[in-house]
Order: sequence, then structure tokens, then C-alpha cells
Amino acid sequence: MMADSGRLALAALLLPAAAFLILAVAAPFRRSGRSAAWLSIIGAAMSLAAALQAWRVFDGATTRLAWNWLPAQGKPLATIGVLTDETSTVMLVLVSLVSFLVQLYSLGYLSDEKPQGLGRYYAYQSLFAFSMMGLVLAPNLLQLFMCWELVGLCSYLLIGFWYQKPEAARAAVKAFWTTKAGDVGLLIGIVMLWRHTGTFDFNEMRLMAANGDLAAVGLSVITFCIYLGAMGKSAQFPLHVWLPDAMEGPTPVSALIHAATMVTAGVYLLHRMAWLFALTPDVLLLVAWIGAFTALLAAVLACVQDDIKRVLAYSTVSQLGYMMTAIGAGVSAAGFFHLLTHGLFKALLFLGAGAVIHAVGSNDLAHMGGLARKMPQTALVFGVGTLSLAGIPFFGGFLSKEEILGSVWAGGLVGPFALLMLVAFLTAFYMFRVVFLAFFGPAKAGHYEGHARTAAAAHYVAQGSADAGHHTDHAHASGVMSGVSTHGSHEHDPGASMMLPLWILALLSLAVGIYSTTAGQILVTIPAEHEAPGWLTPSAVGVALAGIALAWLTYQRGTINAASLASLFGPIRTAALHKFWIDDFFEGVLAAAALAFSRLVGWVDRYLVDGVLNVLSAWTVTTGDEMRTIQTGRVQDYVYGLAVGLLLLLFWVRWSLT
Amino acid sequence: MMGLQAYLTLAAVVFGIGLFGVATRRNTIGILLGIELMLNAVNINLVAFARYSGSEVGMVFTIFAICITVSEAAMGLAIVILLFRIRRTVMADHLDLLKG
Repeated sequence: MMADSGRLALAALLLPAAAFLILAVAAPFRRSGRSAAWLSIIGAAMSLAAALQAWRVFDGATTRLAWNWLPAQGKPLATIGVLTDETSTVMLVLVSLVSFLVQLYSLGYLSDEKPQGLGRYYAYQSLFAFSMMGLVLAPNLLQLFMCWELVGLCSYLLIGFWYQKPEAARAAVKAFWTTKAGDVGLLIGIVMLWRHTGTFDFNEMRLMAANGDLAAVGLSVITFCIYLGAMGKSAQFPLHVWLPDAMEGPTPVSALIHAATMVTAGVYLLHRMAWLFALTPDVLLLVAWIGAFTALLAAVLACVQDDIKRVLAYSTVSQLGYMMTAIGAGVSAAGFFHLLTHGLFKALLFLGAGAVIHAVGSNDLAHMGGLARKMPQTALVFGVGTLSLAGIPFFGGFLSKEEILGSVWAGGLVGPFALLMLVAFLTAFYMFRVVFLAFFGPAKAGHYEGHARTAAAAHYVAQGSADAGHHTDHAHASGVMSGVSTHGSHEHDPGASMMLPLWILALLSLAVGIYSTTAGQILVTIPAEHEAPGWLTPSAVGVALAGIALAWLTYQRGTINAASLASLFGPIRTAALHKFWIDDFFEGVLAAAALAFSRLVGWVDRYLVDGVLNVLSAWTVTTGDEMRTIQTGRVQDYVYGLAVGLLLLLFWVRWSLT
Repeated sequence: MMGLQAYLTLAAVVFGIGLFGVATRRNTIGILLGIELMLNAVNINLVAFARYSGSEVGMVFTIFAICITVSEAAMGLAIVILLFRIRRTVMADHLDLLKG
């Protein structure tokens, strides 16, 4: 057994890469579907084992395995390898764990996918696992950026997995471009930082920062550019617009990429470079305010969504804002701790929502209701996830939320602190709204019992065998159901391959919650200088309980009429239903810019390029028309020409040459 | 004994008459006759220069030229006859198919 955590991390990194390469090269094997899936799952499981071992044997000493990559005079310009420290090993475990569980879950969730599609899905999953681990373990900014783009690519591919569906293809492109807008900033920041320090390496830069060798001049621009990259990836306002649309992908993908791992890459990057950001307090202040604002904006948006996945997506944006605020407050470890716990319980929530969608055949909360009786296990684990997200003691998100609130308070950021408290209330409210609407209350007709069932079945048949059953998330489930629809109710707990990951994540959330509530810090060392005031914990929990109570009174007891509650917030609600017009604004601005530019280009093409050619051709035509009259066709005219020409020649010879 | 210049003058006059005929006659046969005159003017030149320089090459060349002129006349008349069969006219100013 290799005892070195660096080598183990390298093994964890390369196993999914090997699985991906096999799946990519051996096309017949990939198209076989389930065996390809198992290869990928086994790769992920071994990767998880290696990552766990790397985490376990990690002894506090940073290990760095690096190979020269870009040669240059003297020492190489960049290296490639793995860097294991307290941050990267624990993040590695999270990535490989969620990756493995999601791959296992997908086996059940995508059970009716065609073999080719399933093989493609697992190839992307393996590539994503490799890229994300490469990002986590990167010892320098260049490798990090490369993997950063790779996870962006995987995100694009997996959002657009059902690419026959126009919304999915559109969402994939939107996600790609929006994150790319931030990535440009990141790339500029990396290059500028290289000019500033002369290295891409984290360790070297960190040493320079510690020795005070970094000139503070111009550093703010650099950190702001790097923050732009994090803003795009971690869906901070105003680049958050892609994440809710990314829910068009399969639900396990949303759980893995758009909740637990990839979207947290921005937070991870900022945590990784916290020592650099500490040198630019003004940028940190911006990070905190934008984070808190994003958290509030997304929480408000989550309250009006009727699509269960969109509620969770906005909740992810909101929680990412939480983490960013902690980083902005200067205690990035608190944000990173929340990243870890959030990764567990948000993956749990998404996978639970996936089970519900799989059973009901619809994303719409209006089609759900009373599911707790039909799907008791799913309801239970979903409840654990919800309580974790709400920040209730003994559940996963409790301590991490307290740490963030405490660090923001200790950082003297009263404004963001107030916003975050409001967000805590809203979070509890909208999550329990989902719980009460979906799992309690009267059982709704469900998607299959109503008229929509025949419509969906007809839709399924109309798709033909070529792309049936996976054309939409919707039709996907109805494809399953139309085969077995004679069995009565389809709303039951999913099979073992889907239930097992749910239970593991639920138990882990609980374990982390219980341990951290009773014994204090776990997984991450958070500097203790920011002692939170005593009133913080009771008030945060109280706010969360108030949110739960409001949701209970509104959606369970009916004491408060949901419609009158909504009308209380009239304009805000209207704005939220239109996503605060941010998407419209971007679309309008981009469309106007594109149109204006197209008009300019069109004018140049029409009047300059075409104009010159048209004038030239017109000249040619008129000149030709004039010249043709010389050709009379009569022999004797040509004889005249010949004679005159000869005479002229003779004159020329006689008078010019002598 | 007349000098070379007299022969050259005669040749030039004959050439000029031929060229005038080619340029002005409307009848294709007349144009052909003009061409014959121009060719023979050249023959006169050749013979005159040959006598003047004392070399026989010019004479031989003239014999060749006369032979070729005969075949050319035969070809030209044949073309005119074919042209008449097709177009029912041999007037040069009616034959303007190549008008631009």
C-alpha cells in the first residue's frame, strides 16, 4: 500500500481519466451501454477509495508531485502534477464521493436510456471526474485553468445531454457562454499575476506573499479578474443566469456538477488564493457584498419557482453567495466548510428530487403532493437534506452556516450579515414550501393519472423508436411508465441503485451535522480568532424555525392563504417571476449589440464591398457596349483597318527609328 | 534599259489599284480580283529585285508565288460559290454575320 498521499491522490486522479480514455477510444464498448457504465462506476469507486486513503494518510505536510511541462530557460515555465494539502485532500474526497454516488444513481435514473446514450453519458461523467480532481489538485494556476475549462466543457456536454430537446441545447450554450465571460477575466488575471510574480505556482506565490515580496500596486485588478472567473463558475450576480437554465440536464448531472462540485470551483479557487485576496481588502469587500446580494436575490427567486429543480438551483446560487460572503469577510475556511457540507446535502436534495421526478414524471410541484406516504424513504432523506440546508442543529449545514454568519459578523460587515440572516429565513421557507407541497398535503392527480398522461404517452410514441424515452426529462420518465402503466400507481421509492446513494448522503449529512454540532469543527480548520457572539446561534436557528413555521402555516395548515401572502409582496413577486428581468436585460443588450454590429457589417458589405464590385462591373458592361460597335462584321472595314494600321506602322518605321 | 525604279513604280501602282479594288468592290469576285492584282504587284517586285541583284532566287520564289496564287484563286472562288449557294448573294456588305 502506498502511504504517500500525493501518489494516492494521483491514482485517484488518473483512474477516471483511464476510464474516460477507454470509453472514448473503444467505441463499440462504449455503445454497449451498461458495461461501459460499470467500467466508469468501478473507476469512480477505486478513485474514491484512493481519495479516502489519501485523505486518511495525509499528515499535515503539503505534498507536491510535479513534472516539467512548458520548458523555458532556467526552470520550466509551468509544471503539471498534484498538490495535496488539507484543502485539496478533503475536496478530493467530496468530488470522488459525489461523483461515485451520482454515477451509481444514474444507473437507475437513466435505466431506459439507449445503450449509446448511456455510454456517452458515462464517458462524460468520467471525464468530468478527472477534470474536477485535476482542478482540485492543481499545483499551479495554469493546470487549474486547463481543468477549469475542461469542467466547463463537461458541464456543457452534460447539460446538453438530451440535445434533441431545444431548451437543453440552448441552456448548454447559455451556460458555456456565461461562464466563458467570467473565464476570460480569469485568464487575464492569471497572465497578469504571472507578470506580477513571474510564476504560476501556488506555493511559490504564497511564499512571496508571506515574505511581503508582492507589490500591492496593481494587485487589486488581478484579484478582481480572478474573481470574475469565480463569479462565472460559481454563479454570482450578474453571471448567475446560466445555473437555473442548466437544470435542463439530467437530474444526477445537476446534483454532481451544478450543485456539489463544479459550481463550487469558484469558491474553491478563492479559498485556494485567500492569502492573495487578503492583500486586496477592497476586492474582498466587493466579494462579500456581491455574495450576500446574490444570496438574497436567488433566495427570493427560489420562493416563486414551481419547478422543484429550479427551486434547488436557485438555492444553490443562494448558498454559493453565502460561501462567497464568508470569503469576502476574510474567513475563507468557513466558506470552504460550507462548500463541503453543502456538497453533501445539496447532492442529496437533487438526487431526492430526481427520485421524485422519476416517480411523478414531472418537475412541477403542482403535480406532486402526499408523496410521503408513497415514497417514505425518499421523503425521509429529502427531509434530512432540507433540514441541513435550513441550518437546523444536528444537521449538515448547521455549523457551516453559523461559521459563515459568525465570520461575517466578526468581519464587521453588518450589511451583508443582515442580508444573510434574511436569506436564512427565506431558505427555510422555500425549502419547506417544497417539502409541504411535494410530500404532504392532498395527493395530487400526478402526472400520469390526468389528461397529461395520454398526451405524454402519445408524445412518447410520436418520437418514434429512434429517440424515444429520452427526448425530454418528462418524456423520459413517461417512456418508462408507458411500458408499465397497467400496474397502477408509479409513485414509489426508487430501486436500490438510486436509494443507496441517497441513504449514504443522508447519513453522511447527519453524521457531519451531529459531530460538528456536538464536538465542533470537523473536516476543516477554521481560524478561531473570530469568536461569534452568544446571541448568534439562537437567532440564526430562530430565524430558520420562523421560516419553517411560515411555510407550515401557509402550505400545510392553510392558516395563511398562499395567494394573500403572495399579494403582500406584489411588486417583488412580479419581479421575481420575471427573474428580475436580468435574463431579459442580458438578452436585450446582447441582441441590441449584435444587431447594431450586424447592421454595421451589413452596411460595409452592401455598400463598400458590393458597391466597388458593382461599379466595376457596370463600367465593364458600358465600355463593352461602346466597343462592340467597332466590329461591323464587314470584311472591307477590316481591310481599311489593316491598311491604316500598315500605313501607321510604315510611318513609325520611317520617322521614329531613324 | 529602264531602271529599277520604273518596275517598282509599276508594282506600287498595281498594288494600289488592287488594294482600291479590295476595299471598294461590293462583289466578292471583284475583291478576289483585287487580291490577285496585289499578289502580282509583289511578284513584279520580286522579279525586279532579282534582276537588279543578279540572283535567281527571286525568280524561283516568283514561280512558287504564282503556283500558290493559282491554288488560292481556286480556293477563293470555291468559297464564293459555296457562299452563294448558302446565302444567295456574294455582296460583301451583306455578309456581316460577325457584326458585334
